[in-house]
Amino acid sequence: MSTPPSRAPRAPRALNTARDVRRTRAPTVATLAATAVLLAGCGSSTPSADGTGQPGRSGASAASLQGTVTVLAAASLTESFDELKKDFEAAHPGVTVETSYGSSATLVQQVNNGAPASVVALAGTAAAKPLDQSMVKDTKTFATNVLEIAVPPSNPGAVASINDLAKPSVKVVLCADTVPCGKAAQATFAKARIVPNVVSKEVDVKATLSKVKLAEADAAVVYHSDVVAAKDAVTGVEIPSQFNTSLSYPVITLSDDAATKAFVAYLLSAEGLATVQSFGFGAP
Amino acid sequence: MRYAVRWRSRVALGVPAALALLLLVVPLVALLLRADWARIPADLATPTVLPALRLSLTTTSVTAVLCLLLGTPLAWFLARSEHRATSWVRALLTVPLVLPPVVGGVALLMTWGRNGLIGQYLTPFGIQIPFTTVAVVLAETFVAMPYYVLAVEGAMRGLDPRLESVARTLGASDLRYLRTVGIPLVLPGIASGLALAWARALGEFGATITFAGNFPGRTQTLPLLVYVELERDPQVAISISIMLLAVSVLVLGVLRGRWLR
Repeated sequence: MSTPPSRAPRAPRALNTARDVRRTRAPTVATLAATAVLLAGCGSSTPSADGTGQPGRSGASAASLQGTVTVLAAASLTESFDELKKDFEAAHPGVTVETSYGSSATLVQQVNNGAPASVVALAGTAAAKPLDQSMVKDTKTFATNVLEIAVPPSNPGAVASINDLAKPSVKVVLCADTVPCGKAAQATFAKARIVPNVVSKEVDVKATLSKVKLAEADAAVVYHSDVVAAKDAVTGVEIPSQFNTSLSYPVITLSDDAATKAFVAYLLSAEGLATVQSFGFGAP
Repeated sequence: MRYAVRWRSRVALGVPAALALLLLVVPLVALLLRADWARIPADLATPTVLPALRLSLTTTSVTAVLCLLLGTPLAWFLARSEHRATSWVRALLTVPLVLPPVVGGVALLMTWGRNGLIGQYLTPFGIQIPFTTVAVVLAETFVAMPYYVLAVEGAMRGLDPRLESVARTLGASDLRYLRTVGIPLVLPGIASGLALAWARALGEFGATITFAGNFPGRTQTLPLLVYVELERDPQVAISISIMLLAVSVLVLGVLRGRWLR
């Protein structure tokens, strides 16, 4: 008979002084606040899942491809790769293309830390350098891009050329120095011998552009393709070629999967390149 | 037999409890394991760290003072009011607690931005809030103030209402009652509220990067620097993270030691 020692019933504690009430209340509030911290933390994470329904298998033939292609692409490729995804999925109903966009620097970090990716498309070959080369199966250039100044349609800073960015009254937003568009902008300003009044260095090119779309900044240095994609929301001011910085966009294959190879082949086909170029990118 | 039953239920509860503990503790351990301790002093001496540290300390201190000056009276009104609307105000106050901070940043931009609800009237005077240190303080106050108000309100509700009645019969005004009786009695609540609000402000990321932008020395606080450094030099990001972790543990330690027994 091994009965565990039973605990003596606990004497109820008197809670009759104001001091005791206060003492018990403080932790309750703290616990509540701590729970809220957790909730807030959960809420701020952004799911990258792109809720695309699995297409039906009715027309499955022996040749049709199956599976999921996970594409991580530079923020500047957002619009063109959304279009490529749509066209490719229409041609291959068995394949789901999942896209996630961010700064090239972030994407490379994510892949190095084990983010599942079949394909990475980056802004500039320099951005691919930190990528773990043991994972790379193939690298091809599929587009080029140049920098352009984006201003709000009302052009509050009266920006007509790159020289206007030297005026201290013009609030300029750039990409962070770690991001390809930020590095390219620094190079361009160095060539033009201009020191702009930079008010913020955003985490990727779309965040940079959004500050001009919201008219919070007078000018942003982004890619020509971003100005094209933004349509009427911003006005582009060209940067002369002697100051401009051009970037080649590599597409890096990380998987031997057939669907992945088909997607890259489609991107590099005449049709795929035409789609990319319709968004303001240059030919490779 | 009873022993076996008891043992089984121990396991049934113990396994998920241990899992919960692991989920929370392992990431912190992982961070500590990845740290290159010998490098931390050099990493923290990186030219970008000091301005970010200074900015974080000043903005969070200003936020704490704003909480104290504006939040204490609000907490008092909430604590003493019996009106039905009070519960609505309290519910409204908890919204920033559960709101994703980046949404808070968008809301702040719609308020203080160049074309914002209030910002549009500031623009003619040449005042622009976004991309300034003021914007950082506004973002931090937006996310931190609710913690303070709720903590202090809780403490104030715990006060014996007869104290206020007595003070009134002796002819004391609301302000005098608060100064001489109310506030001194809820000092522990105020202190723990301040510590919570300060810690929340220190960790603010989403609202800051959306509303205040990211510029070294002006709006780049420590959490923003961690994000940017992770792309440049992950080891520096880890070192700064360890410093922030140490500060958080310190704040919790102070809270536990004094008020959260």
